[in-house]
Amino acid sequence: MQQTGSPPPERLAARALTVAYDGVPAVEQVSLILPAGCLCGLVGMNGAGKTTLLRALGGFIAPGSGSVRIDGLPPALAQRRQRLAYVPQSEQVDWDFPIRVRDVVMLGRYGRMNLLRWPAAVDRRAVEQALERVDLSNLAERPIGALSGGQRKRAFLARALAQEATVLLLDEPFTGVDLPTVQLIITVLRELCAAGATALLATHDLEAIPTFCDRVLLLNRRLLAFGPTGEVFTQANLLRTFGAAPALP
Amino acid sequence: MAPPFGSAIPLVSLVPLSLGRWLLEPLQQGFLMRALLLGGLVAVVCAVLSCYMTLKGWALMGDAVSHAVLPGVVLAYALGLPYALGAFVFGVGSVGLMGWIRQHTRVKEDTVIGLVFTGFFALGLVLISRMPSGVDLAHILFGNLLGITDADVVQTVAISLVVLVLLLVRGRDLLLFCFDPCHARSIGLRTGRLHYLLLTLLSLAAVAGLQAVGILLVVAMLVSPGATAYLLSDRFGPMTLLAVLSAVLATLSGILISYWLDASTAGCIVLVQTGLFLLAAVLAPRHGLLARQHRRASPPVR
Repeated sequence: MQQTGSPPPERLAARALTVAYDGVPAVEQVSLILPAGCLCGLVGMNGAGKTTLLRALGGFIAPGSGSVRIDGLPPALAQRRQRLAYVPQSEQVDWDFPIRVRDVVMLGRYGRMNLLRWPAAVDRRAVEQALERVDLSNLAERPIGALSGGQRKRAFLARALAQEATVLLLDEPFTGVDLPTVQLIITVLRELCAAGATALLATHDLEAIPTFCDRVLLLNRRLLAFGPTGEVFTQANLLRTFGAAPALP
Repeated sequence: MAPPFGSAIPLVSLVPLSLGRWLLEPLQQGFLMRALLLGGLVAVVCAVLSCYMTLKGWALMGDAVSHAVLPGVVLAYALGLPYALGAFVFGVGSVGLMGWIRQHTRVKEDTVIGLVFTGFFALGLVLISRMPSGVDLAHILFGNLLGITDADVVQTVAISLVVLVLLLVRGRDLLLFCFDPCHARSIGLRTGRLHYLLLTLLSLAAVAGLQAVGILLVVAMLVSPGATAYLLSDRFGPMTLLAVLSAVLATLSGILISYWLDASTAGCIVLVQTGLFLLAAVLAPRHGLLARQHRRASPPVR
């Protein structure tokens, strides 16, 4: 995907991004650039604005100010060109919805189908491959509500895979998940990034971060630190992120 | 509606009647045949949409919109326009107003819904009482399936076909919108448009359902079949089919029962629907009360 010689293209970029709810800022003045092949961890306390930042980067909420580019495109255009995949938190999904695992993964192909959303052979193949890759082929006929926590996460990761996007945003992919699934998700993300995609994932799993993230973003409404994991993921920075009392306005 | 054999006979005569005669005799009556055909069509339309309503959690919205279309229907009658147009304008308008009030005041959403739809409904009542039109309040409130006019039949069939075609073409996107609006956005679907498309379909189906059971009970047509089917299936396709079957069964048998009992048609249809829901709630193979109890008594080996 990359040409040798030229620097890797910018997959995800934000400039002075600010999002406010009812005038109260949830994310303030965040700027970042993630090149192709980058796997970045997003770390912060509950309420630090991680989900808000992910949603603003994905173009799901309009920022109060600042801008976002996905593959150099405005979010709305990047969405239409299937550049962006979003894996939601488990709490945001209606697990009683009457839909099978295979159909959830097929939703990842909708943007590439005709207007009536009739799957073609290429769509079916992509779905089966994605199911295979997250080891869910044998559960494809189950309703999503019948899956365990780890299996549910893998189903939504498979949807993102089937979508063949270049930028993946994942909100708490490791929460409520068994260890083998954590390993599987990390392996799949690494393969994707090695192939030129970029992933940004919010997580509370601090121990896992140095094992697979090459970049880390520490957030507490404002960006506290951002850079290569070795430089940024330090005791001192983590204390600033989690240890300090919340600053008074 | 006059009772078929004079006032004293029907209830008693049910017993000796053979089922065949009970079913066949009404079919020889033109007005009843028409009611059955039109009621069946409306049931199909409302049932398909009810699957989206129950999954999206829009039952209250359905109730609100179906009430809010009243002034639109009255004005359209008075102006000689198709009443679907008036219903559409006021149905979607009421939801727009709800959204605006929600955004610009501190009042909570269910309060706003309660305020707006009763306001619209009240406007409709005043308009009916003051406007020289052929609108019969009782027919609008309770439906008039057995005495429906030709013009109403034409409009209801047209509305039903429009809704069915739109659902056929955009149904999968709407389902995705109900399940995961965020993903719908991320693949470039315009979720705002899908939201208004679903609202438009709701307004149109409300007008169609209004013909069958009236404004007061139309929400049952837009909720019960979906709720019943939701208990019976874990896949959307079969769920839709079951919703349609239960709605058609309820509508046809409701009409026949109302004919023989000389009782309110709308009441009979909705009562059968409610009965079917209760049956499913108790007997559904996986999600019914009995199955749940059975599972609790003997948890499956995993």
